[in-house]
Amino acid sequence: MIDFGYGISPSSAINLDRFDRTDFETLCREEPDVLKCMACGSCAASCPTAGHSDMNLRKVILLLGRGREDEALGMLSHCMFCGKCLLVCPRGINTRHLILSIIKTYQK
Amino acid sequence: MEPDNHKKNIVVIGGGPAGIEASRTLDAMGHTVFLIEKADRLGGHLARWDRLFPYGTQASEVLSGMTSSMGSVKWFTGTQITQLNRLEHGYNIILSNGLTVLADALLITTGFSLFPASKKEEYGYGIYDRVITNADLEDWFSGISVPAIDNPHRIGFVHCVGSRDEKVGNRYCSKVCCATAVKQACEIKQKFPDAVVYCFYMDLRMFGRGYEDMYLEAQKKYGVIFVRGRVSEVSEDKNGHLFVKAEDTLAGKPLRVTLDLLVLMAGMSHNRDTDSIARTLALSTMEDGFLKPKDSLTDGQASYCPGVFYAGACTGPKTIPETVAEAKAAAISINEYLRDND
Repeated sequence: MIDFGYGISPSSAINLDRFDRTDFETLCREEPDVLKCMACGSCAASCPTAGHSDMNLRKVILLLGRGREDEALGMLSHCMFCGKCLLVCPRGINTRHLILSIIKTYQK
Repeated sequence: MEPDNHKKNIVVIGGGPAGIEASRTLDAMGHTVFLIEKADRLGGHLARWDRLFPYGTQASEVLSGMTSSMGSVKWFTGTQITQLNRLEHGYNIILSNGLTVLADALLITTGFSLFPASKKEEYGYGIYDRVITNADLEDWFSGISVPAIDNPHRIGFVHCVGSRDEKVGNRYCSKVCCATAVKQACEIKQKFPDAVVYCFYMDLRMFGRGYEDMYLEAQKKYGVIFVRGRVSEVSEDKNGHLFVKAEDTLAGKPLRVTLDLLVLMAGMSHNRDTDSIARTLALSTMEDGFLKPKDSLTDGQASYCPGVFYAGACTGPKTIPETVAEAKAAAISINEYLRDND
């Protein structure tokens, strides 16, 4: 994709052409269940930090799959590892373990 | 009343799965069945498909299983109806092969037409070389050469092409495209394991038995990437790659991606060849052109016209099992009608 023209602020658009999938694929090998997310939002709805932070596990998973690691890890920093999302996930994803795997994979 | 005191003639119009199944069922009930098909072979759209969701069954096996037990059904391919007249009891039908049939009952199994994807100009079918349809992809799966498919690394599927779209006159959901897209996404990953495959959807309607499992397998086993958002436009760069714009509605952000192949999931439109039959017999149609059954809840095979029955996708988008079930139901409805009017 060729970028042309200029702007005063960076584009918020997701550009999948510039997404280096290496880290995400490492995460998928480590935690294959990350692929099972169907974005229902149960995790975010049950999250006790949701009211006073931007933490949203559904969005974290989505953003990692779209090359927005910084945004995703920023959200994740509010997680308290309470595990409530693990109880509600209808696809049976071990979300608590998934969060630990994300941190492990993306810790640089 | 003497049973079988005289055999009844039934004309079945359309030799797809509905027509074939109804014909052989009516034949087994002891009626004389004339099956009329305009194309050169029986099978309808099923004959063009390679494998079927959700279990990947070969369409050719399903079709040969159905056609192998046609009994004494008189079937004519490459044949059209040249004249259709309503008589006091029954119908007089003149066929393009010169045959005239006096039918006691008429079964319409004319099915659907694949939505012409070039109507959605913003997706570039017929304009850009690497934009194909679900039917083109089935051709390729069956071994027919499709030049657009040249070792693609980035592949996209666009759901709801010509479905849920008032601007093209199809407000309804075509029902089978979601499952077809997921099936085809998995199949293309089998052929090109290193390719990145995206599905652009509005809703994933995995309503049938086994469909949700297929969706889960697409995600977990094949790593198909589902993006919730309708593709807004496609353009081509100087190398022939496709530049796709959509909104990732779950992220709330616009999304851009360059692809090597784009597959449009063309939906079901009503079959325009049915229109002339509907006009001649004054059959009720719905605003989208599909035929309107008398009672869609409990008597979906009956029309408002005595002796005229429906089965399959002529009354709206249907899956294969639904079509086959309707065909059997139509055979029973016709049998009852003939018995009551004897």
